[in-house]
Amino acid sequence: MTRMLISATINGDACDFLADPADTLLDALRDELGLTGSKEGCGSGDCGACTVMMDGDMVCSCLVLAAEAEGRVISTIEGVADGSQLHPIQRKFLELGALQCGFCTPGFIVATKALLDRNPDPSESEVRYWLAGNLCRCTGYDKIVHAVLDAAAEMRQDHQSRRMPA
Amino acid sequence: MNAPESKRAFRLVGTRPVRPDGVDKVTGKALYGPDFVAAGMIHGAILRSPHPHARIKSIDTRKAEALAGVKAVVTGADFPSSTSHEILLGEGTGNVRYASQNCMAQGKALYEGHAVAAIAATSEAVARAALELIEVDYEVLPHVMDIASAMASDAPLLHDDIFTKGLDPKPERASNVPLRFTTARGDPAAAIASAHTVISGKFTLLPVHQGYIEPHACVASWNSDGQGQIWASSQGAFMIRELTAGILGISQANIRVTPLEIGGGFGGKTTIYLEPVAMLLSRKSGRPVRLAMRRDEVFRASGPAPGGEVEITMAADADGTITGVELEFKLMGGAFPGSDTHPAAFSALAHYNIANCRVTGWDVLCNMASTAAYRAPGAPQTVFAVESCIDELAIKLGIDPIDLRLKNAVRPGDIGLMRVPAGEVGYVECLEAAKAHPHWSAPLGPNQGRGVAGGVWGNYGGSSTVVVSVADDGSVLVTTGSPDIGGSRASMAIMAAETLEIAYEQVRVNIADTSSIGFSMLTGGSRTTFATGKAVVEACEAVIADLCGRAAAMWGVDASGAVWRDGAVHCLAGEQKDQVLTLRELAAKANFGKGPIAAEISLNATGILPGFGVHICDTEVDPETGHVAIVRYTAVQDVGTAIHPDYVEGQMQGGAAQGIGWALSEGYLFDKSGRMENPGFLDYRMPVCSDLPMIATVMIEKPNPAHPYGVKGVGEVPIVPPLGAVANAVSRTIGLRQRDLPMTPDRVWSQLQAAKA
Repeated sequence: MTRMLISATINGDACDFLADPADTLLDALRDELGLTGSKEGCGSGDCGACTVMMDGDMVCSCLVLAAEAEGRVISTIEGVADGSQLHPIQRKFLELGALQCGFCTPGFIVATKALLDRNPDPSESEVRYWLAGNLCRCTGYDKIVHAVLDAAAEMRQDHQSRRMPA
Repeated sequence: MNAPESKRAFRLVGTRPVRPDGVDKVTGKALYGPDFVAAGMIHGAILRSPHPHARIKSIDTRKAEALAGVKAVVTGADFPSSTSHEILLGEGTGNVRYASQNCMAQGKALYEGHAVAAIAATSEAVARAALELIEVDYEVLPHVMDIASAMASDAPLLHDDIFTKGLDPKPERASNVPLRFTTARGDPAAAIASAHTVISGKFTLLPVHQGYIEPHACVASWNSDGQGQIWASSQGAFMIRELTAGILGISQANIRVTPLEIGGGFGGKTTIYLEPVAMLLSRKSGRPVRLAMRRDEVFRASGPAPGGEVEITMAADADGTITGVELEFKLMGGAFPGSDTHPAAFSALAHYNIANCRVTGWDVLCNMASTAAYRAPGAPQTVFAVESCIDELAIKLGIDPIDLRLKNAVRPGDIGLMRVPAGEVGYVECLEAAKAHPHWSAPLGPNQGRGVAGGVWGNYGGSSTVVVSVADDGSVLVTTGSPDIGGSRASMAIMAAETLEIAYEQVRVNIADTSSIGFSMLTGGSRTTFATGKAVVEACEAVIADLCGRAAAMWGVDASGAVWRDGAVHCLAGEQKDQVLTLRELAAKANFGKGPIAAEISLNATGILPGFGVHICDTEVDPETGHVAIVRYTAVQDVGTAIHPDYVEGQMQGGAAQGIGWALSEGYLFDKSGRMENPGFLDYRMPVCSDLPMIATVMIEKPNPAHPYGVKGVGEVPIVPPLGAVANAVSRTIGLRQRDLPMTPDRVWSQLQAAKA
């Protein structure tokens, strides 16, 4: 099988990688690029553990072919923090104990960021339906929803304080 | 050390610091089972039986071996014939011969998805292509998928050497029933015959999967000198070592198992499926081999928890005193013996004090994957029937269902089926807290109903090894052999820092590989914070004693003249009276004096106490569709002491959610040919975020005197009450008793239609 050369922007960096035509974007991220933060829980788009952003859209990377990444802008869990500075969503997940095993956590954080980028003030119900494509078996979702709502509140406040004149 | 009388005496126990492994887990850096890569690693794949029951007449692997890139092929013929012996796991035992036959079919395939052959190749794609080239000649045999046909006298047998234990006389014919177990006290038949009120019913449940999001995965490397290494996620690295060594017939010291982060287990990762196969592929190929399951393989070949049926008859006086219970259950164990019969029997009535009862359990085999432990294994099934029956009794007698439970609740000193007096048990406190909770008296809307149910789990202690060492800058390392499946590093660090009276951040916790620390039983049975935590505290106390001795020697006073306070040794006597040596100062001097500061504790923790839960659930049933929505949920639990309350509440909420799934939407479905119809997360429907409300928690802290900080174990209790709580809520919502799980919309709708007609 001839491998294809794919060029994409991943977490802000230009990347070239090889992929089989049948490889998924998730395979490429994990096996070619060593970005194992995106997880494979099902391989069928049902669990959301592989959630990444592609050109601003939230996708299950197990349902995207690696070849489809050509020329695209991809961001993964590894790109959520600003260097060693945790994103407020990551910080809130830690502060509120919103993870137990942590395996689904990368997908939840990427999906939450996508939600809050679109809707900075979601209701509990909006959070629950937005995250309905991400399975968590440990937490019963309670602390995750609290962490998302808390992160949203903090981000709104930060946003406002940045806009305020000095 | 006895448990302090007030939790306010603690500095750190009961606080909620960020877990030490947290940043790795929110940034994607943490390495789980499927993430590990070894130098020179190749990839394996497993061929699985398409038949639920078939004799393997021959396997021809020649074409597969000839495919470019294929490095090794393994079949059942490569497995040494194992002797049948049991090893002690977290909440039961594992049989090495059955574990071997479950890893790879040897002679017969016993369920759809049973491993038949494995291949290692330069890529997973090549390995999977090679699987297609393996020719297996099957003689398809008749299969059994349900209890009645498995127990029939003419049933096709899974094993020809299983004779029902617990029958007198011993049966002469082999059967699909490995065990019948009975435990009893008093005279239940007489109590039932003379009772004021008798309630009875038959309850059914489907098998359900533990549903961890991380599929099983491992990397193994086995050299020609006999030494091997395994990197895997599981609930117990030592469990992997023992079972793999037993299956392969090699010494345990020749296998080093490194635990990776585990992406959920819930009991399902207390046994092994892949490791011996990967070891054999590695030995043949000379390369490290990675093996990982896909989700459909996880469903078909790992777990599940047994489904089955429970028949119960309950007798009571007019005042609600339960005078007698007869309970008989049959659990479908799948392909090998061991379907939680004992814990199911002992958990059924352990939260009540009933003078006359008999519990009989049957372990029944069928052509489904061999069942594995699932959170309080066996208890949800039998307690579902008991709690439903009590609800029906409450309605019939016109008594508040919490009051009825209070009347019969187990209290300290009561003698139960285990013949030992109950210790500091907190079921009464849980029931009283549930009754006082605003949820219990809140108004209900149209098409809504409220259910309550209790439950119990015995918890476990067992063997753990811990090393506490002090670096020469005074920072502290706690090393355990207990995998962290939900925040236990944080609990260990809290208990160490509490004991040493130092800052939480000054302590770091590591989980060692099996060659780097003494034996520790797996993380299961809700034992880790109790047993490993006890070892952490004792090791810290040994370090304190050592440091006091060193300081006393420096000051020229005897041991009683040096005491530990606020993370330092204080001099009480002699010329140096009131002098202080801090941990850091003593650590800096260590290598110029007595040597490194470290203590190792190996113990077998006893003094376990059961945990109790009471859950309140409000449901709303859509009369048009039969869909059940959970509109409000409250979980109350006797937790002993909550070391890190976030992770205790998290256990309560997660267990409740799993129980709600079991009650409403989860279940294995098989077609007539014995093949699983829903081996994926789309059709095997676990609760998602929009299915659930917030889950309120009430922690009742009634400390366990046998643990330095009062820990009881919290992980398993919360899956026990929800089945009954949800079923009772639905029963009260629609006025029809729910005895069959899951209560899917089609089942509920059909009942509504039948009731209308």
